[in-house]
Amino acid sequence: MKRELTCVACPLGCSITVEYEGTEVLSVTGNTCKRGDEYARTEIVNPTRNIASTVKVVGGVHPVVPVKTSAPIPKTMIFDCMKEINNVCVNAPVSIGQVVIPNVLGTGVDIVATNID
Amino acid sequence: MLNYDLVVVGGGPAGMAAALKAKECGVERIIILERAETLGGILEQCIHSGFGLTYFKEELSGPEYAARFIDMVEKTDIVVKCDTMVLDIDENNLVTAVNKKDGLLKIQAKAIVLAMGCRERPRGALEIAGTRCSGIMTAGTAQKYVNLDGYMPGKKVVILGSGDIGLIMARRMTLEGAEVKVVCELMPYSGGLNRNIVQCLNDYNIPLRLSTTVVETHGKDRLEGVTIAQVDDHLQPIESTKEYIECDTLMLSVGLIPENELTKNVGIAIDRVTNGAVVDEMRQTDHKGVFACGNVLHVHDLVDFVTMESQLAGQGAADYILGNAPAEAVYVNTTTGNGVRYLVPQRVNVKNPNDVKLYFRVGKIYKGAKVVLEIDGRIISSKKRPKLAPGEMENVIISAAELAKMDENSTITVRVEE
Amino acid sequence: MCYDVAIIGAGVIGALTARELSRFALNTVLLEATNDVAMGATKANSAIVHAGFDAKPGTLKAKFNVKGCEMMPSVCKELSVPYKNNGSLVVAFSPEEMDHVRALYERGLANGVPQMSILNEEELKAMEPSLAPEACGALLAASAGIVCPYELTIAATENAVTNGVEFRRNSKVEGIDFENGVFTLHTPRGDLQAKYVINCAGVHSDDVSRMVGDDSFTIIPRRGEYFILDKAVGNMVSHTIFQCPTAMGKGILVTPTVDCNLMIGPTAEDLPKEDEDNTATTPKGLAQVKKFACKSCPAVSTRNAITSFTGVRAHPDVDDFILGPSKVNAQFIQGAGIESPGLSSAPAIAVYLAHVVAEAIGDVKANESFNGERKDVFRFRHATDEERAAAIAKNPAYGRIICRCETITEGEIIDAIRAPAGARDVDGVKRRTRAGMGRCQGGFCGSKVVEILARELGCDINDITKFGSGSNILFNKTK
Repeated sequence: MKRELTCVACPLGCSITVEYEGTEVLSVTGNTCKRGDEYARTEIVNPTRNIASTVKVVGGVHPVVPVKTSAPIPKTMIFDCMKEINNVCVNAPVSIGQVVIPNVLGTGVDIVATNID
Repeated sequence: MLNYDLVVVGGGPAGMAAALKAKECGVERIIILERAETLGGILEQCIHSGFGLTYFKEELSGPEYAARFIDMVEKTDIVVKCDTMVLDIDENNLVTAVNKKDGLLKIQAKAIVLAMGCRERPRGALEIAGTRCSGIMTAGTAQKYVNLDGYMPGKKVVILGSGDIGLIMARRMTLEGAEVKVVCELMPYSGGLNRNIVQCLNDYNIPLRLSTTVVETHGKDRLEGVTIAQVDDHLQPIESTKEYIECDTLMLSVGLIPENELTKNVGIAIDRVTNGAVVDEMRQTDHKGVFACGNVLHVHDLVDFVTMESQLAGQGAADYILGNAPAEAVYVNTTTGNGVRYLVPQRVNVKNPNDVKLYFRVGKIYKGAKVVLEIDGRIISSKKRPKLAPGEMENVIISAAELAKMDENSTITVRVEE
Repeated sequence: MCYDVAIIGAGVIGALTARELSRFALNTVLLEATNDVAMGATKANSAIVHAGFDAKPGTLKAKFNVKGCEMMPSVCKELSVPYKNNGSLVVAFSPEEMDHVRALYERGLANGVPQMSILNEEELKAMEPSLAPEACGALLAASAGIVCPYELTIAATENAVTNGVEFRRNSKVEGIDFENGVFTLHTPRGDLQAKYVINCAGVHSDDVSRMVGDDSFTIIPRRGEYFILDKAVGNMVSHTIFQCPTAMGKGILVTPTVDCNLMIGPTAEDLPKEDEDNTATTPKGLAQVKKFACKSCPAVSTRNAITSFTGVRAHPDVDDFILGPSKVNAQFIQGAGIESPGLSSAPAIAVYLAHVVAEAIGDVKANESFNGERKDVFRFRHATDEERAAAIAKNPAYGRIICRCETITEGEIIDAIRAPAGARDVDGVKRRTRAGMGRCQGGFCGSKVVEILARELGCDINDITKFGSGSNILFNKTK
């Protein structure tokens, strides 16, 4: 099997060709860096993405504070992850990097704040 | 009246990088004037990741990228005044600003860095027919409502324009529970990065319709729907392709315009293509001691390049203030050749002892074309690029050695060769 | 309680009439169907104070136009509203059209228009170098001017309220009963009684008239589309430039506005009755404006457009203003069929309507505390540095710029909300302060204006609307 991908690892957006059988990747071509290779392999086996959103904050300057996944999570879990994010509420002060939800949905990935409030 | 060596207008990524660089170069009294409540500029509302890969070699969100510079500024004695609007700059570098606390401020500057950023092109400039109901807004305004204010500006959304902000907002609205029906793009190609089409649209099955525009809005109070249509080669809507799409929100991501009202008031020359000032390689305008950098100079796609450009402006301003600028200036204009829409800087002081990077954008998509740099009719470099797109800023370098060979009669041309 | 007078419709006619009535010791109520004043034809027209040479001699239009044009400068001064006596030119683009120009001149003389002259090509082009090469002469009417119609209406309402008139918004009159010499008006916000009713309901004035059994006229909604261009091209012409008129109106004009933008338009297209509130622009109309504006000034380009809009004029089938007591009920006073030159005529019509009512009531005392001067509104953008510093020292909110494009401060926005008959929505703030009227069209300041409105009105920000009713801007909270 052969698939054409656009790498999302960096703004270059290289066009990558992956040859694979089932979940076994045979070759990755077209990438211009190591991250592209990694991206292509993950994309075939278990595509993952980073997401960013906001969580409710109490006692801060803003009503919400931005958060992100500390590492990519499986694509299929994005909307379940959003449910978790929507249910949490943090108290000010919030610092950058502060873990808002540890190990979200058992993925080993944290939801962390990306701004102060 | 206050006296400063350097007044930086705007405390976004451009202003902060310029101020920090000038400080590092030894400029003593620096003040940043920022119109928003905090430093950081538009990055504060760009909560998605994708910033800093070039400059910090890691992927940061907008607020994280800004925070690194805000921390650095706070560690210096650079004075910061937020919630402060610059009203005027006169020909003698006297800056008039206003805020609640100080009232009217008159600041005499030795040098000024303009870093006001850009604004979004509004609906009125597009000639979309229809009513003036609520629910029509720029993507950036919607981004502020969702990411900073915590309110949903819509539930069923159509986005016009596939620039990066439009694509990013398609994903943001989807994650927050809205239904994004379609992203329409007037041109036959997207103005955004390929990776954003993949991770913002394809991931969520949001259709991208190229060569398609919104021709009419419907709804008396709140938007109820839009009519979209394909366009022909002259970008005119094709009547038979009209289609009604029900929606309560139309988001516009149809271009950014550098905010150069202050610049124009000083009488600084403006490049008709970039809508920014005409500058030299240190980003100095034709008004001595006034520099410009970041999106007020030309719209960038990556903040990393804004930072690097602004460091040049900061360096230039420092050289100017401290008397370290090359004693002699011999300017050569840069010329756009085939396929090149604009070049920044527009002129180069050939007495500059360093390499000079020329940034440019092309007018259409090229595959496998060559970027050619020509000086005095000689081909200096000719590099094949897999892809050139209007949405992606490119650059070529003139080496210091080449500069040293040039004089006032020299020519510099960048062109695309298919 | 029974009001002496109820005015239906807070457009320019209703508002100025309310102000004129407030000179008398009368209980007057001004009823408005929407969330704000000036929401109909008043907010979307050419903003021209015509000299008065267009109307046929002997018509009400001719009579009130010349008088209104003469009154406008002093009314605007009293109300602290921008007015500019820039003069108008009806330009001939062919020798044949010069006949039109001369005919208009003669008509102007018959109507009593002052300060008119006919210009030859050389004089014309020295005056307006941006005109098309074909321009070969013109009628100059030096008494013509430009005004901001919604500011005039806002100021007149404010002044009327200050002088004792009650203003009720969202009070569309849905039915009228008349019994024992008293009208009962039914509105969504309750019934009210009045001895006299003045019908200033604009495009709806025929419907209102029928509520008392007077069906002597019908209003035909006539759509006109316009562009507003950036201030960068605001000085392309200094006079208001008309083309020679046609059966449908005065044609496409090119004019500066009092706020230094350039305006081009309008088209003229009759709409079916049910479209009387349809202020949508159309691809066809906008294209027509572009085409014909270029006939006057070839350099006009909608690349400089910052917005476009549509106004619906109240064109009466009887082809003249309908003013004075109804033939069906003498206590029902018509101020209807007001189309161009309605704005120009408004000050004179208001005086006339107020006096008709006062005379009908008889023996009306003057309002002793009447003050026709509207309290001066602080405009940061027009103030000197000294005035700015003094204003900020008194109220720091004048030091916070909310609208960058037009340089509008938080203090001015708060003033607009707190003023008598003040702003209740984003467009209301925009019309009173210009916040959001600039190049970015509210891209930056829109969300801040929403915040300030919510704070001042004590409501949640998702209750704030663009222009009342269902025009909410935000939905629920994201979290």
